[in-house]
Amino acid sequence: MAAKAPAAPPAQPRQVRRIRHQWASVLWSAARTPRGAIGLGLASFVVLIAVIGPFVAPYQSAALVTLAFGKPSGQFLLGGDFLGRDVLSRVLDGGWVLLIMAACATALGIVGGTAAGVSAAYLRGVSDGIIMRAVDVFLSFPQLVFALLLLSLLGPKLWLMTIAVGLSHAPQVARVLRSATLDVSERDFVKAAELQGMRPAKVMRKEILPNLISPLMVEAGLRLTYSIVIIAGLSFLGFGQQPPAANWGTMINENREGLSLNPWAVVVPALLIALLTIGTNTFTDAFARVAIGVDRRPEEAALIDDLGQEAGR
Amino acid sequence: MTVVAAPVRSAASRDAHPIARLIRRRLAIGLVTLFLVSVVVFLATEVLPGNAAYAILGHNATPARVRALEIELHLNRGLFDQYWVWISGLFTGKLGNSLANGLPVWGYVEPRIINSAVLVFVTGVIGTLVGVVLGAVAALRRDSWFDHVSSVIVLAVTSLPEFVVAIALIILLSTNVWHVLPAVSLLAPGTYAWNQPELLVLPVATLVVVIVPYIFRMMRASMVEALESDYVEAARLNGVPEWRVVLISALPNAIAPTIQVIGLNFLYLAGGVVIVEYVFNFPGIGQGLVYAVQARDIPVIQFIVLVLAAFYVVMNILTDVIALLATPRRRIAR
Repeated sequence: MAAKAPAAPPAQPRQVRRIRHQWASVLWSAARTPRGAIGLGLASFVVLIAVIGPFVAPYQSAALVTLAFGKPSGQFLLGGDFLGRDVLSRVLDGGWVLLIMAACATALGIVGGTAAGVSAAYLRGVSDGIIMRAVDVFLSFPQLVFALLLLSLLGPKLWLMTIAVGLSHAPQVARVLRSATLDVSERDFVKAAELQGMRPAKVMRKEILPNLISPLMVEAGLRLTYSIVIIAGLSFLGFGQQPPAANWGTMINENREGLSLNPWAVVVPALLIALLTIGTNTFTDAFARVAIGVDRRPEEAALIDDLGQEAGR
Repeated sequence: MTVVAAPVRSAASRDAHPIARLIRRRLAIGLVTLFLVSVVVFLATEVLPGNAAYAILGHNATPARVRALEIELHLNRGLFDQYWVWISGLFTGKLGNSLANGLPVWGYVEPRIINSAVLVFVTGVIGTLVGVVLGAVAALRRDSWFDHVSSVIVLAVTSLPEFVVAIALIILLSTNVWHVLPAVSLLAPGTYAWNQPELLVLPVATLVVVIVPYIFRMMRASMVEALESDYVEAARLNGVPEWRVVLISALPNAIAPTIQVIGLNFLYLAGGVVIVEYVFNFPGIGQGLVYAVQARDIPVIQFIVLVLAAFYVVMNILTDVIALLATPRRRIAR
């Protein structure tokens, strides 16, 4: 590297900065499309409630302050839950853990899946075979079932649930990223870097990864949506935060027997989860349209690619 | 993907049935995957986190009880021995007893498998038909109001969790707005789902709402692609009537990639039944899994997870094979 010092160092950072600038501007232009604006608005609204909520909740979320399934009143705007706790306070208090867990699970799944997918596609041969076989095996478990399997063994701990959900994303991310990497690794600038004797790990990090930002971000958006769905689902099944903690998923389950008495105890948490997932998904869709310019989700595109390869082999 | 390669005579085409060779290859990969899946389930439940006996009994269990349970679960034997006992039990039906209720695992799970199979099958058929038809119509009337409205609805519904859809349907149809359907699908013991079809309506409706968007999106996208292709253009220029162009030229080519997504949705259903069956108290394999996890009933968990994973692998093979068979140009392109 030292011999090429005059040319290489100034070129490298400028290129990276240009790429960073590029995806930031794609993000910005996605937010300005009607779809993107709606998606971002919905998601931000729910995130805001979850973040500010605990500070403005009128009652302790675990305090028994009203009648079981009490009707909404001036004092208790959304009525009471199945034990007579204030629904509004529990709604305000019940989102932030869900959001943090979903964000961590997504990050874990994206990092793990990208490492596996990019290595498989770039290293080819035996590594590809082993990684993709492992991906096939783990793809054979429905995500929720995989998470349940892990939880059944180690007990319902929140950090474990986060890791389980993150791990369950990894094989799908790997599949999509492998397909995208196959494309990029054939380009001339990758060949040029290889001819300069760059080590494979560095080629992947410096040359390939910056060119995968768009599919990566689309994938991250999708996985965030799925993380929310799965984690809320696990909470709904009773494997998330344990009582008396407030949690939107748990609230839906524990209050549904009183649907005809005080529907708000179920409707409001369900609505917030729905708005959140619709928001993240719609924004991801808008981003995919701007960044990749397709109607199709990357997972579907990857499927078609796989099928094409299968037939062309 | 878009360009049709001219038929090339190669070593492969001398084989009498190139498709048969592909299918054989796919089956072999599937069997290997199935074996590895069984190893993963086995290792996860028997070995990974300390000891399953402790996991079941809790850490303050007496040594004698742990010892007794270890013998019942064959944990005192070697790893290969344990795997062999378990996997051969799968084929001989000797799966041991549930730790939660003492019933034989097979007898406990079998009716649940049948109920879930009914649920998945009915949902799959209805969801596929609705998705394919709506997707094709949206593609044919591209940029019409139907296309725009359905695309927006589909985008919103795609991301909804099953339990939110289920709760919405319950509120709408059984508890708050109309009272026309039962909110729970409790089956009398010894009866199966088809004995009381009205109990299937809400679970099926929930799952249909969840899977239709994916099929719709894929069908619309590939139908649009097919309608803009050269062969459709050529057919039109040759004066082929429009209904023939749509049904004979465009539809088969558009369905092939959609088959993969339909397959994916059957796969999704293997996981989706868990929450939906729990919501509606439907006695299927998914509800059984939730109960087993709550009770840490390891033999039942192992078996149900393996059944779901095997279903996954088999569906995967099936969709790949059907997709290969359904694409005329892939058969020729070899």
